[in-house]
Amino acid sequence: MDGPFGIALGLITSADAALMQIIGLSLRVTLTAVLIACVLGLPLGAGLALARFPGRAAVIVMFNALMGLPPVVAGLLVYLLLSRSGPFGDLGLLFTPTAMVIAQTLLILPIVISLTRSVVEDLWVEYREQLRSLGAGRLRAVPTLLWDGRVSLLTGVLAGFGRASAEVGAVLIVGGNIAGHTRTMTTAITLETARGSLGLAVALGIILMALTLTLNALAWGAGQWARGRLG
Amino acid sequence: MGAGTSGMRGDTISTEGTPMRALRDTGSAILPLRLDSAGFAIDGKPLLSTLTLSIAPGRRLIVMGANGAGKSLFLRLCHGLIEPTSGRRFWADGTTRPDAQAMVFQRPVLLRRSVAANLDYPLKLRGMSRGARRDAVATTLQRFGLEPLADRPARLLSGGEQQRLALARAWAMRPEVLFLDEPCSALDPSATRIIEEMIESFAAEGITIVMTTHDLGQARRLAQDVAFLHRGRLIEHGPAAPFFAGPQAPEARAFLAGDLIW
Repeated sequence: MDGPFGIALGLITSADAALMQIIGLSLRVTLTAVLIACVLGLPLGAGLALARFPGRAAVIVMFNALMGLPPVVAGLLVYLLLSRSGPFGDLGLLFTPTAMVIAQTLLILPIVISLTRSVVEDLWVEYREQLRSLGAGRLRAVPTLLWDGRVSLLTGVLAGFGRASAEVGAVLIVGGNIAGHTRTMTTAITLETARGSLGLAVALGIILMALTLTLNALAWGAGQWARGRLG
Repeated sequence: MGAGTSGMRGDTISTEGTPMRALRDTGSAILPLRLDSAGFAIDGKPLLSTLTLSIAPGRRLIVMGANGAGKSLFLRLCHGLIEPTSGRRFWADGTTRPDAQAMVFQRPVLLRRSVAANLDYPLKLRGMSRGARRDAVATTLQRFGLEPLADRPARLLSGGEQQRLALARAWAMRPEVLFLDEPCSALDPSATRIIEEMIESFAAEGITIVMTTHDLGQARRLAQDVAFLHRGRLIEHGPAAPFFAGPQAPEARAFLAGDLIW
């Protein structure tokens, strides 16, 4: 079996070292970016839901718009910041996994912020009087609402993960697709397809699809379980 | 708001695991609650006007009136969820919103957590230690027969159980005064009876009850005092027996007569 699918299956079943390395790096970069985006985005989104300040509507519209930020533009932005002549050039982060984490965080953050704001805002309408009565002010309500919205928020976080794991543009620009160093599943597929070596590309494509499918199945299952369990 | 008072009231929040409260017998620190020509308006439209009354400790006050008379707003004004836009509200301890009060809503919002976690939450807000909270939650679960439901998700309880939990949660906050906004309006007769028994037992412990209801039978069963609101104004306020025997104001008479027709 010398067709691309045969080669792909061979690579997957033999747990090819280069393949595993690429998968490991992709997951490491994307999961780190998701984690950072959650740490920043959940409280920011909840704060945006409860706070009232001039220009709030503009901020909300901006974050909504940034959900559609093209990955190549995010990559370009981070590239400009991290390149030798850029403001953070001295850190020497360009073409490292750290640069890729930064670029992907930038892509996920607006999704987490916007979805969190929307979920928390809806909950706040329902909870507001009761929480005040129980003695929680706006600030104290933030962790309460985040926790009570946890099932819906999981969807937002997974959407962020999906966006980050699927994108090529940002990681290609700031990572450079260096073999064994910054080569991810998506950049490898791009390169291998261009070179005509379809085996590895197909193998990575299959794994990427399987990963997305598994995550969404888990998210759906978790949602169903939580609805039955938490009401 | 309230932040400066939470520590001061710690002594009244007894957490020794005893359901009885020393404070109950000696009177109240925060009552009487006095409204001095208090009003509430939105965009210049008055919804409550020139309310002047004193809510005395240890009584069961039933607030009556037609739909839209301002009963719910009146409770929210007393409880401190809204501030008077005219006039004043005075608590006897001089604070703007004392901790020793609680409110149960017509449709109480239970957190998407277990029954025990719902009881724990307001105690945590009051800065009680973990150990004291555990004892207080256990006492409350036992007091209201909620132990078998302790780990159940609160949102999946029946309507009657949810309202029972909401009352238990309010009780666990050691209120001197408990505001109840139509607590039985969504319940069937047997659940209503359970809630009324709970309210009576609270009153027997010395908790002052301020409750709205549109159910005249319930009002007659529970009221010691009656406040009758009509279009945002307090028309009558006094002991229940003379009110039900023959109210002074024509609006109140019409309201009670409506009951007879039904």
